[in-house]
Formats: sequence, structure tokens, C-alpha cells
Amino acid sequence: MSEIQLWTLTFIVLSFGVYMTIAWRSRVRETEGFYVAGHGVPTIANGAAIGADWMSAASFISMAGLIAFMGYDGGIYLMGWTGGYVLLALLLAPYLRKWGKFTVPEFVGDRYSELVRTIAAAAAVIVSFTYVVGQMNGGGIVFSRFLNIDIAYGVIIAAAIIFVYAVLGGMKSITWTQVAQYTVLIIAYLIPAVAVAQVMTGIPIPQVSFGQILDELNTLSVQLGLDIYTDPFSTRPMVDIFLVTMALMIGTAGLPHVIIRFYTTKTVRGSRYSAFWALFFIALLYTTAPAVGAFTKFNLLDGVNGTPTDALPNWVDNWMATGLVTVNENADAINSVSNDPAAGADLTVNNDILVLASPEIAGLPAPVVGLVAAGGMAAAMSTAAGLLLVISSSVSHDFYFRRFRRNAGDAERLMVGRIAMAGAIIVAMIAGINPPAFVAQVVAFAFGMAAASFFPAIVLGIFWKRCNAIGAASGMIAGLTLTISYMLYTLEVFGLQANDHILGVSPEGIGTIGALTNFVVTIAVSKMTAPPSRHITEMVESIRYPAARRREPTGAGG
Amino acid sequence: MAETEEKSLGPPGGDDWRREYWRKNLRLMVVLLAIWFSVSFGCGILFVEQLNQITIAGFPLGFWFAQQGSIYVFLLLILVYCLFMDRLDREYGVEEREDGPSGGGTGSVGEARAAESTTKEGGES
Repeated sequence: MSEIQLWTLTFIVLSFGVYMTIAWRSRVRETEGFYVAGHGVPTIANGAAIGADWMSAASFISMAGLIAFMGYDGGIYLMGWTGGYVLLALLLAPYLRKWGKFTVPEFVGDRYSELVRTIAAAAAVIVSFTYVVGQMNGGGIVFSRFLNIDIAYGVIIAAAIIFVYAVLGGMKSITWTQVAQYTVLIIAYLIPAVAVAQVMTGIPIPQVSFGQILDELNTLSVQLGLDIYTDPFSTRPMVDIFLVTMALMIGTAGLPHVIIRFYTTKTVRGSRYSAFWALFFIALLYTTAPAVGAFTKFNLLDGVNGTPTDALPNWVDNWMATGLVTVNENADAINSVSNDPAAGADLTVNNDILVLASPEIAGLPAPVVGLVAAGGMAAAMSTAAGLLLVISSSVSHDFYFRRFRRNAGDAERLMVGRIAMAGAIIVAMIAGINPPAFVAQVVAFAFGMAAASFFPAIVLGIFWKRCNAIGAASGMIAGLTLTISYMLYTLEVFGLQANDHILGVSPEGIGTIGALTNFVVTIAVSKMTAPPSRHITEMVESIRYPAARRREPTGAGG
Repeated sequence: MAETEEKSLGPPGGDDWRREYWRKNLRLMVVLLAIWFSVSFGCGILFVEQLNQITIAGFPLGFWFAQQGSIYVFLLLILVYCLFMDRLDREYGVEEREDGPSGGGTGSVGEARAAESTTKEGGES
């Protein structure tokens, strides 16, 4: 066992031990604890939990690598996956918390109708499921790279750990383990980033110091046949950058596993501040990621530029074993670099390895490499747990009890919630070991689907009393149909042929158009049909004010 | 929860305060969303090429907005929203209180934060 493996094992065992201890201490006995942690999570802890929930294996492992190869255009992920929190805080969180029940489909069901609730529950399951398979697989990759065990065993170990704490304590254990997982993942992300920044520029704040290498990086990139790093629109046209960013923002605000976290706070006020703390904790990683991307790319290019292929740095050899780094057999020296195997460059590097390999590329010591592996595991497991909870609550709470057992007691609800959770974990584990071919492509499009379905229905439900059930149902169906058909039209999935993008709109960006369609259709159909009942109008009115009753105001009329 | 509230909806002094509170809330929201849009989509995307002509601390400005600046502004916007809404809630007397049937505590009351910040303040607006 190498030194790196030893350290990886140490950190992973330690962190798993911490998660299990927390899980045992926060196990629950009633459904409210299982689904929404008894509405009792303190604001800052909730923010950290949302951060861990939100930052997936993709954010931790792949994002900096994507940015490294996309340059400016990588900003779509940075802005898209943070800007959505502004929408969440201003448009959704406080109102959904005030209404305060268990699931997202439940709100839609109360506001509109049972039919809309069933559509929403199905959409929540589909969106969350495509997402969770990627997480399980990501966890498996970390295990296989750092501990040299098969991906399948990696997935099984990760699933077993999640099984224990998710089934035992539901949302309560998930929340508190996520707080621990956030801590692990942010430390694992920041330490190498700060170290690299210090070594390369003498300033240990990566956010500030990566500006200093951008000029040189641009020059190096051109030498090795890549686009100028800071120049916009080299991978996508402006209209597409705009639409993708918007789709990711709206999609973030519409993802059920994120929205549900705002139900767990004690107060409406707490849900607003949760959004602030969540974005604060997310921003720590998201403002560091572009620095990691730029530094790692610089080190990578600088290390191999013009180097003969028999004298390449050590990390190239280490990672060639995983197949994620390849050297062109016909090349004598590295004169071109790419992340696209089809480009035929002298050195081809997969986006996914940049963060995991960055300590090695920068020559940092073995404990740091082990820590990064534990961080990657934490990111994958925390997101998977949050998604599994949404799947289990949609199946048991929104479907089973609503349709078959309306009068079930609390003990039965808790039991069925646990069984649904266990079932979801097993299905996700099997799918994580043998990911269906389309999952890799579809996972990025979960956002488009969330944007085109949930977001408009919920926002109009809160801000427009006149919005009715027929309108919302037609809007959701129209938005989803348009989004999914365009994705099928432009992508090679399910044996279909990929067609050219229309007007430069990529399948990742279509969610914006889908959401717009949803808004327009919902408003038009609602206008043409009867207004909702007085009971519903009163419910909408009541969620707009934090307190139930008004006390004598202190300073009104100012 | 919602059912018990509806009965107690009859506020002292008519419904005007509700409309006023809601209008102020919407106005704040629109202003913040306008900033949200102009910083991310304006500076970060639509005018990025023009802004990239300016370089500060090694960063072309448009590039900086897309990869750093917009995230800081988002964070600031949410903070401003939280603080303004705190003030608005207090001004209209709808903030959550420890004793009242506020939005759904489960018996375990712990709104120390809300209580601690309820200082006496007048109509500063």
C-alpha cells in the first residue's frame, strides 16, 4: 500500500466514523423528524447542510476541470449554480417555509390539485433519480482511484453508509451529517488551493491571486493549441451562454432536494437567513474553483509544454493507469493538449481528474491527496442522501399515503418512509454500479426539467392568486414537453439521432425557453378558466406574512 | 397550521397594511432582482467583451464578473434582502414571536435570534 493510499484510507475511515456517530446521536422516532428534521435546524447549520447537499461530486471533482478547459465560458456553472439562490431567497424560501409541510409536490397539491401533485411527485422522482445515479458512480470513482478497489465495491460501501444514517434518522441525521460533510469537503478543497496559490504567487488567497497568472496562461494556451483562457464565447455563442446560465439558475431554484431544505428551519426568518448562509458556504468553494482551474491548468501546461514524452512528470504516469490521461503514441514531445479525445492532441486529459490530481500536479504531500479523496466522498455522499430523501418522501408521502392509506398513523408513516428510503438506496446502488447509458447525458439536463416544471408553478402559485389548477397543469406539461422534446431532438439518447441546434440553443439552455413557455401557458390558461376557490386565495394570502397575527406595529406609517 | 391561521386573519385596522406590506416587499424584490440581472447577465455576459478591455489586478473585468464578482454580488443581495425584510416585518408587526403561534415551531421554542434583535426602532423609512 502506497503512502497516498494509506492516508486516503485513514481520512476516509475517520470521516465515515464521524458520520456514523452523528447519525446514531440524531436518530428519530416521528415522521416530522424524518422528513423535515422537526422544523428545528439552526440557521447556520442549515446553511452548511444545504451547501453539502448542493455541492455534488460534480461540483467537487469535475467543475474546476471543466472551467480549466472552458476558460471564461466556465462562468456559466459559476453564475448558474449560485445565482439560483437569489431566486430561492427572494421568491420561494420564506413563503414555502410559512406554508410549512413536508414535500414540494405537497405544496403544489394544496395550492392547485391532486392531479398536479401527482405530476409533480413523478417529476421529483425522475429528476432526483437521474441525479443520484451520478453521485453513486462518482463515489465509486474516488474509491477505485485512491484505494485501487473495484468501482462496484466503492459504490456498495458508500451506499451502506448512507443506508445506515438515512434510514435511521431521515432528514435529521442527513442534515447533521451534511454539516460534518461540508466541513470535510471545504477543508479538502481549500487547503490545496491555498497552498498552490501561496507557492505560485506568494498570496495565499486563491480568489485574488489567480489574476496574476492569467496573462501567462493565455500565452501558454495559445502555444499549445487551446483557446485564449479569458476570451468569452470560444465554446458557445453568447445567446447560448445566456440561456444556459439562466436555465441553471432557474433549475437550481426548482430542484426539490434544495427547496425542501428551507422547510427544516424554525422560522420564516430563519429560512431567509438559511439562503444567505447556504450561498455563503457554497461561495467559499465556487469562488475558489475558478482559481483551482486556472492554477492547475497553468501547472499542467507549464509542466508538459515541449517536454519529451519519455520525461513527463510523475502524475501523468499515475493517472494513465485510470485511462483518464492519455499520451499520443506518435508524439515525441508534448506540443498540444486537449480534453477531447477526438482532437488527436499529443496529451489528452479528462476534465474529471483536475481537482483530484491537482495536489499531485502541484507536488503537494500525500496527506493532502488523501484529504481530497475524503472530500470527494463527502461531496458525493451528502448529495446522494439529500436526493434519496426526496425520492423516498415523494413515493411514500405524496403517492402511497395520498392514494392508498390516507388515514395511516404516525408509526406506519415513519415505517413506510424508512422502507421507501431503503428501497431507493438499493435501486440507486444497482444503477450506480451499472449506470444506464443515458444517465451521464441526462444528469446535466435535470436542471432544464426542473426549470421548466417546478419553478414557474411555485412562483405563480405564490405571487399570482388568480393562477389556477388547470393553468398550472397545462403550463407544466407544455414546459416539460417542449424541453424534453428539444433534448431528444438534439441529443443522441435512446438510439435517436442528434440534430443540429436551432438558433445556437444547446439542450442545456432549452430549460429557459421551457420555463418561459410554462409561464406564458399557465397565465393564458388561468385567464381563460375560472379563478381558484376562496379557500385557496386565503391560503396564498396567509403565506405572504411571516406571523399568524398582527401585533400593534412599532413604526408603521413612516 | 394553515387552518388555525385563517380564522385569526381579521387584522386590527383593516386590510390596508397588508397591501402596503406586500407592495413594499415586491418593490424591494424587483430592485434586487434588477441588480441580480444586470450584474450577472449584463456585466458577466452581454457586455463582457467591452468590460474585458479593462484589466484590474490581472483580471479582465468582464471575466472577473463572470467568475468572481457576480457571486459576491449575489451574496450581498440576499443579505440585504434578509435585513430589509427583518425591518419590514417589525415595522408591520408581523415578525415571528416566541409565544405566538408563529410559523410552525414544534413546541421547542428557540427563536433567540428573533427576540434579541427586537430593539425599539421607529419608522426609519
